[in-house]
Amino acid sequence: MERCAPVLNRSLHALFAERADVILLGEDLLDPYGGAFKVSAGLSTKFPDRVLTTPISEAAIVGVAGGLALRGLRPIVEIMFGDFTTLAADQIINHLAKFRGIYHGQVSCPVVIRTPMGARRGYGPTHSQSLEKIFLGIPGLTVVAPSRHHELGELLRRAVVDSTDPVLFIENKAMYAQPHEPPVAGRVAEFSTRTTADRFPTLTFSLNDFAPPDLTIATYGGMTPLALQAALELAMEHELFAEIIVPSQLSPLPTAELLTSLSASRRLLVAEEGTLTAGWGAEVVARLMDTADFPFASARVAAANSIIPTSRPLEDAMLPQPADLIAAAIKLTSSPRR
Amino acid sequence: MSPETLAPLHARMVLIRTFEESVLALFAQGELFGTTHTCLGQEAVAVGVLSQVTRDDVVFSNHRCHGHYLALFDDPAGLMAELMGRTTGLCGGVGGSQHLHRENFYTNGVQGGIVPCAAGMALAEKFKKTGRIAVVFLGDGTLGEGVVYETLNLASLWQLPLLFVVEANGFAQSTPTALQLAGSITQRAAAFGLRTAEGDGNDLAAVATLAADAVAYVRRETKPFWLVLNTYRLGPHSKGDDHRPAEELLRAHERDPLARLCARVTAPAIAAAKTDARARIAAAIAAARVAPFPTAAA
Repeated sequence: MERCAPVLNRSLHALFAERADVILLGEDLLDPYGGAFKVSAGLSTKFPDRVLTTPISEAAIVGVAGGLALRGLRPIVEIMFGDFTTLAADQIINHLAKFRGIYHGQVSCPVVIRTPMGARRGYGPTHSQSLEKIFLGIPGLTVVAPSRHHELGELLRRAVVDSTDPVLFIENKAMYAQPHEPPVAGRVAEFSTRTTADRFPTLTFSLNDFAPPDLTIATYGGMTPLALQAALELAMEHELFAEIIVPSQLSPLPTAELLTSLSASRRLLVAEEGTLTAGWGAEVVARLMDTADFPFASARVAAANSIIPTSRPLEDAMLPQPADLIAAAIKLTSSPRR
Repeated sequence: MSPETLAPLHARMVLIRTFEESVLALFAQGELFGTTHTCLGQEAVAVGVLSQVTRDDVVFSNHRCHGHYLALFDDPAGLMAELMGRTTGLCGGVGGSQHLHRENFYTNGVQGGIVPCAAGMALAEKFKKTGRIAVVFLGDGTLGEGVVYETLNLASLWQLPLLFVVEANGFAQSTPTALQLAGSITQRAAAFGLRTAEGDGNDLAAVATLAADAVAYVRRETKPFWLVLNTYRLGPHSKGDDHRPAEELLRAHERDPLARLCARVTAPAIAAAKTDARARIAAAIAAARVAPFPTAAA
């Protein structure tokens, strides 16, 4: 099975071959280095005019991409670590995401900003964060964070080709080295799966062929394998069947699959790798509270309110683990269904 | 500059001056909502520089953008309607004073951030081999923003056809330049390997000459250029926020770029330009007043 980083790399190669208006900008992109995580490897050799290695200037390169997009090109920016998106926040929030709106729809600004987020690789406090929550709910900005079970290459292609507004495309960095395993004939290992027809689809995983679940788990990106692992253990050890909903689009939040599952389970567990406060999970719970016409109970699992320590045992303790999901699921299901 | 060349440029400066004075008056009367940044005293920069580019070239301006728009498009009606929040405004009333777009002209309201966007536009035109250049307007206050220096580095490194125009108007909002800027403005860009020039931004002919040379260089060499034009903001930063001593303003009015043209434009021509500007702006205001406000989408 192919790993996720080469899948993204192949998608970029296909995009460059398909379209002459695609340009890639970022730090350390040139071969033989090919970008810090090798997702851009080989592009500078094949398409030297369209791969621009840049100074360490995140704000400027995102701004340049905005200018390129306003003038008709399809730029992709690679930000080496997601932690560094803060340096480009003004460009993302006040410029790229604004242009179409403030100019009354007269322009489009299709920039894709690809960046790795996430921990579990020992990179420490400033190279491991999941900061995507900062960018949720910015009008005009779409935030996409696929899991290793999404069609990664196709999602990246759609972000580049089918967008009129900027897309922040989060690539979980633990995922890079994991096998890419999209559903085949509606299955991933022991799970039955369902995929929505959205531009950035939501996946639903079930261990009992979509019979009404005991609880619904909402998660995304790098937490997905951990949630699936927890679901297996819940089924085998505790006879609790979870349905796992994995959107690839974090913002704006698609809620249809979540509502369908939750209407049966009435119990929602949200799991994310970032810190709890004001996280994605808070928005998921609040949004479902607003829209569901039935009662439900909810719980959130996320990272501890701390920096991400470098030492392995401390990092493990700070991050949400399958055991945390299992404990939260057992507690959530210990009360009668609402 | 021949009288034939000068007359329409002078008339355009008068239009901008009259427009900006009308904007402040409309605020005082409570007819405008929000905020604005007028370019009173800086009209020679807008008209002098933009008389040297074509409508195909890309221009990115900042929060103080009315003069640049009027210099390029001679459209007080579209701009006034935009400021008054009407559907007939050039961005349907959505953008307002600081967020304008028409053809190849763009503005945005956050200091410094427009500069890399303009560089990206210059890169796009270079990539597409159109021969167009990009012009970005910034002020001496903007030089406090780090992204300007990131962009100077990139523009030089990548040889972008980008003309930086620094309107050094003496202030960062209320803070005089002496309290917020160290070192030399031109040397900043020279350190990145850019060709630079500096001149009197209140002298229309000097501005036009410097801009013509700069534009020709950027277009011919496909390289960036840093043009510093020293001027003075005669009006407030936005509306009523002016605490400068009267004697300083009095001295500044002696350098007023319009007053300095009086010797070179005939009295009847000046009178005609003022009459025409007043009539056009009155018509723009009258038209905007009766134009519909936009309605929020359902």
